Amino acid sequence: MHFTATPASVVSLVPAAEGSMPLIPHWEELVFGLIMFAILWWVVAKKVVPNIEKAYEERHAAIEGGIAQAENAQAEAEAAKAQYEAQLAEARSEAAQIREDARAEGAAIVAQMRQQAQDEANRITESAHKQIDAERQQAAVTLRGEVGRMSTDLAGRIVGHELSESSTRQSIIDRFLSELETGKVQPEKVTASAPGSSTVDGQES
Amino acid sequence: MTLTAPASWVGTAPTASGGGEGYQTPTPEIFWQPLFELGPITVTNQMAWAAIITAALSFAMIALSKNAAVVPGKGQWLFENFYNLPRNTIARDMIGTRHFRQYLPLIVTLFTMVLFFNLAGSFFGSMMPVTSKIGFPIALTLVVYVVYHWIGVKKHGLGGYFKHMVPGGLPKAVVPVIFPLELITYFITRPLTLALRLFGNMFAGHMLIYLFVTGAFYFLIEGDILLKLVSLPTFLMAGVMLVFELLVQFLQAFVFALLTASYIAGALADDH
Repeated sequence: MHFTATPASVVSLVPAAEGSMPLIPHWEELVFGLIMFAILWWVVAKKVVPNIEKAYEERHAAIEGGIAQAENAQAEAEAAKAQYEAQLAEARSEAAQIREDARAEGAAIVAQMRQQAQDEANRITESAHKQIDAERQQAAVTLRGEVGRMSTDLAGRIVGHELSESSTRQSIIDRFLSELETGKVQPEKVTASAPGSSTVDGQES
Repeated sequence: MTLTAPASWVGTAPTASGGGEGYQTPTPEIFWQPLFELGPITVTNQMAWAAIITAALSFAMIALSKNAAVVPGKGQWLFENFYNLPRNTIARDMIGTRHFRQYLPLIVTLFTMVLFFNLAGSFFGSMMPVTSKIGFPIALTLVVYVVYHWIGVKKHGLGGYFKHMVPGGLPKAVVPVIFPLELITYFITRPLTLALRLFGNMFAGHMLIYLFVTGAFYFLIEGDILLKLVSLPTFLMAGVMLVFELLVQFLQAFVFALLTASYIAGALADDH
């Protein structure tokens, strides 16, 4: 502080001397500073801090409550979404199932129809075959009887009544028929003599 | 009453006192600004400004926090931004989330008061930091001093508090050496540095600005052409110093509150 002492300050009055010693507190200022601090502290401690801290607390609670609410809503939404998705998947699989079933059913119906048609066709074919067989059989029997009678008539007309003895006549007819069947007899002869034979036939019966 | 230019600002003695050509260099006397006497009490300019600032701060803070709501209005929002600095950055971060609320009024008051007492050095009208008078830093330091010792004694007991000053886990032989050092730290160094740091910064800052401003005026009015030219950079320098002082004024308030919080946290700590 020595450097501060100017001739003026040294010589001058008390305030100047007090002012030239900056590290010596002016006691009124010290006390006054304490009073000012006490006042401001009271204001801050009783009015400012409680009000602001209360607002902070409320804000904190509000934000926390808001977060909890939002979390709830989100959880709810997620649950709903999961449920919806499950339902969707179920519906989708059900639809696929239905489609599959329909396809299978259609295939089964087509197969059944085909089988039925096949069966019907087979049956028709078979019955036709049977009918043809039966008719041929009948025709063969009829033909055999007819041919035998005609032959006997013819032969009887050619060789006379000798042939009326049944035992020999039968064997001759059989032999003839078998020859006829094997194709050794010419049919021209029969057809040529047919008109004559029919008249004979009528006369004889 | 004029708060701005007391008679002692103007050099009363025309005699040269170190500065050449009749310029009187500023002395610590520029800080001695008595306004009037009230019996044995000399009321100074700084005391008046301290009262004005305290009153203004009280009314402003009450007004801004009175209707504190969950959703802040413009004024409350501004105030909250200011309030959060001592609350979060200083008190909560230093003392910890568990105990800091109890000391919020102290920290907030100290920070606000020191800040605006400092800023008085940059207000037109006062242009004199209240805290450049050592009485005010000493008063605030006294509060801090009493508070942190009180907290320490309450927490650890009187004997426990002294034991707590020595860091745990030291070899027994070192304790007699460390203990006096810690004692000096707790009872002398801390309050002394707390008060002097604030006072010194404000005192020197104001002195510098005063020097540049009066010097520039002197050059402009008394000097010849060359010196008149020099006055321009001197004024510029005064402006730079003013801006720089704004930073210092804020920083010193911050440091004062931060150290207070740190001392309280130290007294509260379970271990050294």
